[in-house]
Amino acid sequence: MTRYGEGGARPGALILGLAVLVLVLAANRWWPGSGLLLFVWLAGWAVNSRLAHYEGPISAMLVPLIFGATLLASWEIACASFAIPPVILPAPSAIGAAFAANLPLLWGDFVQTILKGALSGWLIGAALAVAVAVLIDRSPFLQRGLLPIGNFVAALPIVGIAPILVMWFGFDWQSKAAVVVIMVFFPILVNMVAGLKATDALARDQIATWSASYAQALVKLRLPSAMPFLFNGLKITTTLALIGAIVAEFFGSPTRGMGFRISTSVGQLNLALVWAEILVAALAGTAFYGIVALIEKRVTFWHPSQRG
Amino acid sequence: MSRVMPVLVVLLGIVALWYGAAVAMNAPWARDQAARAGTPLSTGQLIAATMVQERPVLPAPHQVAKGLWDGIAGQKITSKRSLVWHGWITLSATLAGFAIGALAGAALAVAIVHSRVMDLSIMPWAIASQTVPILAIAPMVIVVFASAGVTGLVPKAMISAWLSFFPVLVGMVKGFRTPDRMQLDQMHSWSASRAQAFFLLRLPSSLPYLFASLKVAVAAALVGTIVGELPAGATAGLGARLLSGSYYGQTIQIWSALFAAAGLAAVLVALIGLIERVVLKRMGLAR
Repeated sequence: MTRYGEGGARPGALILGLAVLVLVLAANRWWPGSGLLLFVWLAGWAVNSRLAHYEGPISAMLVPLIFGATLLASWEIACASFAIPPVILPAPSAIGAAFAANLPLLWGDFVQTILKGALSGWLIGAALAVAVAVLIDRSPFLQRGLLPIGNFVAALPIVGIAPILVMWFGFDWQSKAAVVVIMVFFPILVNMVAGLKATDALARDQIATWSASYAQALVKLRLPSAMPFLFNGLKITTTLALIGAIVAEFFGSPTRGMGFRISTSVGQLNLALVWAEILVAALAGTAFYGIVALIEKRVTFWHPSQRG
Repeated sequence: MSRVMPVLVVLLGIVALWYGAAVAMNAPWARDQAARAGTPLSTGQLIAATMVQERPVLPAPHQVAKGLWDGIAGQKITSKRSLVWHGWITLSATLAGFAIGALAGAALAVAIVHSRVMDLSIMPWAIASQTVPILAIAPMVIVVFASAGVTGLVPKAMISAWLSFFPVLVGMVKGFRTPDRMQLDQMHSWSASRAQAFFLLRLPSSLPYLFASLKVAVAAALVGTIVGELPAGATAGLGARLLSGSYYGQTIQIWSALFAAAGLAAVLVALIGLIERVVLKRMGLAR
C-alpha cells in the first residue's frame, strides 16, 4: 500500500520550502531585517492562496482578515527592523498605545467633529435636499434646470468653500455643519429627484383608479418607492460629511476637534496621535456608513436588493 | 433649446439670489462706515456701497468675475498673483497623481479579476476604504514628506494618486466582470487564450465603466491636490490661494480661487467625457 500519488507532492513542497528559506536568508543578508518581512509576507500569502480554493462565507471572511493582519505585521516589522523614525511612520503598536492613552481626548474630538459638526450638518443637508426634491417634484421645468447644475456641483471641489463659511459662522461647529450641509445637499437632491420618478406606470395607474390625491399618492406610493434612491444618496454622503467636517477645521477651530488635533499634532511631530485620530476617523466612517445601511435594510426591506 | 432654457433660468435665479444676499450681508459694514462718517445713506446709496467693498462679507458676482478676470488675464502668467500660474501648479500635480492612480488601479483590477486570492484579499478592504475619510489625512502626508525632504509636486501627486486609485479599481473590477457566462463560454469555444479573452472581450466591455470611474477619479484627484496645498507653508496652487485669502480676509481672492478650481474641475470632467464619447463611438458602443 504505497500512497505514492499523495506523497508525491511532499518532495515538491519540501523543495519549495527550502527555496523560500534560501530566498529569505539571502534577502536578510543583502538587506538586514528584510528576511522576516519577506517571510511573514510569503506565509500570509501562502495561507491565503490555500484558503482561496474553498468556496463559502468562512474563507471569504478569513482571507481579507489574514491579508489585513499580514499587512499590519509587515508594517510593525518594517518599523522595528529598518529603524524607521516615528516622526515619519509610527509602528501600529505605538499607534495603539497612543489611542489607548488618549481616549478622553479622542472622545472629545469625536463629539466635537463627528457628532456636532458632521452629523448635524448631514441631517440638515439631507432634510433640505429631500424638502427641495419634493417641492420641485411638481415642476418639470425646475427639475430640468436644477438637475444638470446639481450633477455639475457634485463634481466640484466644494470643500474649498470651507474658509468662507468659517468666516461667516465662526470657528465652532456651526461653520463645520454649514460646510457639510452644502457638501451633502446636491448628491442627495439628485438621488431623491430620481427616486421620486421611480414608480412604475402600473402602480401609478392603480393609485389613480383609487382616485388618490397628489398628497396621498406622494405619501403612500412615491415617497416609499424613492427610499432606495434616497438611501443611496445618504450612504454616498456619509464619507463626504466626515471629510467636510474635518477639513473645515484646518481653516480655524476651537482647541478641540479631529481636524484641529491632526494639524497641531503634525506640527508637534506627534505622529502616533495623528494616526490614532485617523483610526477614529476610519472607525467613525465605517460605523456611520454601517448604521445608515442598517436603517436602509429596515426601511427598504421590500426592495429586491435587500431580499438576498 | 428646451434643455438649455431651464438651466439658464435657474442660473439667473441663483445670480439674483446671490446679489440679494450680497446686499443683505454687506449692508451692516456699509451702514457702520456711513454712521462713522456721519453721512446718512439712502437705500440706493446703501445698495451701491454693498457692491464695491474691498473686503466684502460676500462679494457680488461681478466682483468675483472681475477678480477671476484679473487673475487669469490681468497678470503675466509667471506672476505670483496669476490664477493661471497657481492653476497650473495644481493641475500638474492633479494630472500626475491621476495618471499614477488610474494606471495602478486598472493594473490591480486586472490582477484581481484573474486571481481569486487577490480578489478575496483586497476587494473587501478596497470597498471598506471608501467609507474612510482619507482626504482628511492629506495635510499630514505633505508634512511627513516635507520632513523627509520631499516637497513640491510629488507629495500632492501622491495624495491625488491615492484618491483616484480606489474609484478606478472598484469601477474596473466591475467593468471587467460585465461579460456574462455566455460570452465567456463563447470565447472559450473559439479556444481563445486568457489573454485573448481579456483583450478582445473583457477590456472593450469594461470601457464604459472605465470612463465613469475616471470622471469620479479626476474630480477626487483635484480635490486631493487642493486640500494637499492647505498646510501652512504652501505658497503655490489654488489651495494655497484659498488659505492665504482666508488668513488676510481677502474674500474676493477666495471666491476667485474657488471658481478657478470649479472651472478646472469642470474642464477636466468634460475632457474625459469628450474622450469617452469619441472612443465609444469608434468602438460602436455609443448609446
